[in-house]
Amino acid sequence: MSSVKDWAAPNPVTENRSGIIGKGVDRYEGKLKVTGTAAYAYEVEPPSPPAYGYLLAATIARGRITAIDTGAAETSPGVKLVWTHLNVPAQARRGERINPRSQRPSNPALASDRIEFFGQPVAFVAADTWENARAAANLVQVSYAAEPAVLDFRASLETAEMPHGEEDVLIGDFEGAYAKAPAQIDETYFSPLQNHVQMEPCATTAWWEGDKVTVHTSIQMVKGGQHSLAETLAIPSDRVHLLTRYIGGGFGGKGQAYDDLVLAALGAQALGQPVKLAYTRQQMFQATIHRPAVSMRVRLGAEPDGRLNAFAVEAVTHCARSAPFVEHAANFSRNLYAAPNRLTGHRLVKMDIPHAGPMRAPGEASGMLSLECAMDELAEKLGIDPIELRLRNEPEVDPETGKPFSIRQLTECLNTGAQRFGWSRRNPKPGQVRDGRWLVGMGMAAAIRGNFLLPAKAGVRIDGTGVVTLRQGMTDIGTGTYTILAQITAETMGVTMDQVKIELGDSEFPPAPGSGGQFGAATAGSAAFEANMNLRKALAELAIGDPNSPLYGGDPTYVTFGNGNIAIENRSESLATLVSRAAPEGVYVEGSISPAADARDYSQHTYGGHFAEVGVDTVTGEVRMRKMFGVFAAGRILNAKTAKSQVTGGMIWGVGTALTEGNVVDNRYGSFINQDMAGYLVPTHADIVDLDAIFLDEADDKANPMGIKGVGELGICGAGAAVANAIYNACGVRLRDFPMTPDKVLEGLMAKGL
Amino acid sequence: MRPFTYERPTDVAAAVKAVAATPGAKFLAGGTNLLDLMKLDIEQPTHLVDVNRLPLSGIEDTPEGGLRIGAMVTNSHLAADARVRQRYSVLTQAIVSGGSGQLRNKATTGGNLLQRTRCAYFYDPSKPCNKRHPGSGCSAIDGLNRNSAIFGASDACIATHPSDMAVALTALGAQLETMTADGATRTLAVADLHRLPGDTPEIETNLASGELITAVVLSPAPAGGQVYRKARDRAAYAGGLASVAVVGQQVAFGAVAHKPWRAERTEGALKSGAGAVEAAHAELAGAQDNGKNGFKIALVARMTADALRQASEGRGA
Repeated sequence: MSSVKDWAAPNPVTENRSGIIGKGVDRYEGKLKVTGTAAYAYEVEPPSPPAYGYLLAATIARGRITAIDTGAAETSPGVKLVWTHLNVPAQARRGERINPRSQRPSNPALASDRIEFFGQPVAFVAADTWENARAAANLVQVSYAAEPAVLDFRASLETAEMPHGEEDVLIGDFEGAYAKAPAQIDETYFSPLQNHVQMEPCATTAWWEGDKVTVHTSIQMVKGGQHSLAETLAIPSDRVHLLTRYIGGGFGGKGQAYDDLVLAALGAQALGQPVKLAYTRQQMFQATIHRPAVSMRVRLGAEPDGRLNAFAVEAVTHCARSAPFVEHAANFSRNLYAAPNRLTGHRLVKMDIPHAGPMRAPGEASGMLSLECAMDELAEKLGIDPIELRLRNEPEVDPETGKPFSIRQLTECLNTGAQRFGWSRRNPKPGQVRDGRWLVGMGMAAAIRGNFLLPAKAGVRIDGTGVVTLRQGMTDIGTGTYTILAQITAETMGVTMDQVKIELGDSEFPPAPGSGGQFGAATAGSAAFEANMNLRKALAELAIGDPNSPLYGGDPTYVTFGNGNIAIENRSESLATLVSRAAPEGVYVEGSISPAADARDYSQHTYGGHFAEVGVDTVTGEVRMRKMFGVFAAGRILNAKTAKSQVTGGMIWGVGTALTEGNVVDNRYGSFINQDMAGYLVPTHADIVDLDAIFLDEADDKANPMGIKGVGELGICGAGAAVANAIYNACGVRLRDFPMTPDKVLEGLMAKGL
Repeated sequence: MRPFTYERPTDVAAAVKAVAATPGAKFLAGGTNLLDLMKLDIEQPTHLVDVNRLPLSGIEDTPEGGLRIGAMVTNSHLAADARVRQRYSVLTQAIVSGGSGQLRNKATTGGNLLQRTRCAYFYDPSKPCNKRHPGSGCSAIDGLNRNSAIFGASDACIATHPSDMAVALTALGAQLETMTADGATRTLAVADLHRLPGDTPEIETNLASGELITAVVLSPAPAGGQVYRKARDRAAYAGGLASVAVVGQQVAFGAVAHKPWRAERTEGALKSGAGAVEAAHAELAGAQDNGKNGFKIALVARMTADALRQASEGRGA
């Protein structure tokens, strides 16, 4: 296994001779998407006319099906099949794994009469049209025996338990140090359950050829989906060909397969005809995963100069009774600020609502809302500027592990941001700046999010025309993966972007872990880089060994690639000439990446600073953004445009988190009150008036050979806290219950006599 | 969505006759609400009579100095009309605060008035709702009812009417022209179009079966400033938490009742010389907190007082 030292040597990407790396190159697949010709899973044309599926969902939270009458549905026009738990084809039991190497176990649909959450699919109808399938599904009569269900998180906080296999992290003597601290903050913050609200729903188009099934589905992890389906159908994974070429948003919600995948495959097998099946918008809310609500208690004990002596962040969150998941909302705080006496940990409430699961920046996105507001409260209490308070608590080494940072530019992010944003305009006293009926204020917050590298492979081929094709079982969930892989390939091979083809989202390509945890670019990109480096080596050997090449007999050490040529000093030929002559069938090689053996010796993160300016309508309590600015440090940036799009997208999600987004369980039914985009309010253009972000110059040579890090999740981390702090600065109303809707702000204004 | 038949007549009398003659028939105008509800199986029309080819798309000056607005004038056209912007700015303000640009391009004057509530329980067929299934009960009363009615609700329904345009028209004292099933025409005030829920929340308007709104008629606007104020969770494309239309000393509230709410007690207080705050509270004294919507009472009072002040200064919002 390599060492991080091996990664520090110069290479084509870090040298960036043609300047493609970092450039704001347009999206590789952009034209296909804006012209509507990129075929998403449901739109893929199957080899013969398909049947259309529809799912019927449970209307109780917990219990069992006592009777299910499908008679009317079966005779409804156009219906081809109606399945329930009574007649669905056999599938492997949930959680079973025949092949121990499968990344995901069996996940059967309609598996039993048990109902574990409102919205759980209970029947599947396939018909000649989608409309007929839906009409028939609505004719299925289901009777239930409901059982008592745990549905109210806030009322269940007392029942929270230590998650299995975890323990609190205790360093020093928190309680003792806190008790003696001259300045104390002890507050509890609440962030609501959130839904992913991807534009594209979960959807599958499936068909069989012999004993092999082809599925086009919308999933972030290619191998996970392939293995999950194979295990569920109890067939070898090489009999499942899974494709996911374009994905209309994932945000963590499509890290797993849902019932559309298995029921489309089973339906296509039973009918001998392709089947299309998608979740409805309402089912996306009710029957997929969500970010759980988090209740976080933060206790800070500080010296008068602001130095933290005692630091505790404790999170209570929830998950489904049958699907353990911990929103690690306190983890980020273990690496952020120095304090000798520390306590961090998590507690979990088991509930009877849909499964909790990962959503963009799991842990940080909700967790940072608490600590970064608490730091603002402490700053005010001590009369210290909130940026200065953070600088005074900047650690020299990782505050929990004592490991050195690979690189940490949090201070630079905050200082640069303060200057660019105009932080000096801020009046530290709340409620002082008026603009007509508006009170105006500013707030800031820090951002931190881990950086990860996972094992991955890639394959690359050059043909006789000089076209380089990179193939990888990777996904692009709208983040720009296609584009950055094209840039890496073009720069490494010394060819132009139009000589590069990228093919992703296919289980028969060399595997990559997919998109998630902001590990995609570093992981897939590094494997692609290694594959291209291997191709350089193979081409160099080809040329040097070919008597017809001008490079014949040269020293491979001096081979260079550029302008579509391979060269040793002034001896050169084009790659097309070389390959068409010496390897007319083309040259194909693979490459792979794994974490370095000593990668864990460093505390490695991405960092940022958020700055927000808001107006609070003193009549209505409405909060409107005026300006938002973010500064981020996340290694070498591969594409200025797509990277900025990622962090500004995260910041916008932070605005939504602070002001509008959240779902609530109706405790009588176990269903979410918001189940469409008219009820669940994500920001519109009008909500985001002046929002910008920049990246600091950085290369993290401990991260991977290219010195890049992830940016997909960093932008949301802390963003909502900056907005909340700006609300307080504007009007003096300190809310600790997200989102900060007009009813809550108005109550605060009135309590202050405003 | 269930199978349905469809026709697209070109004259008003034929359209009215077609709906009156077919049980379960409905008019289809912009479709921005009806089609959504059909997809959710909440509306189940057997027959659609598309009124988009009817000659109802003009805005004419009336001899009295007002405007006669055809029922098929789109929200976008109405809001942009120079006469409306100049003489009835409250109407433009209200329209552009509703929906989205795309929706306003499709939505019509008549259709906007007849849009149905946005109550989340009405939109969820898995829940009881007296509008969808009379007698099944109201899930909203004991539910998550932050955006429910504070005026005129009943034990059967606490839904609100979501239109912004209708609130401005109510404050303006606008009249409707309709054609009834027998081909006769009649007029009624916009304020008399919608009903309070009472025991029959499924009956939302006073229109007879097959009766079609053909026009909205505005009298010359009364003297004084015109202001429309709407509070909402996000800056665009969101229903109101509450809204207020002020036209001189005429006042109406939105998103607070099963119908656009003419604030007669506020108007009365203003006539008796009350100040803005006192006048605003005169109407809100009759408001009811249903559990989670109490904030609306203070919200409407504050918005009304502020809008009255603005209007008295002769300004738009």
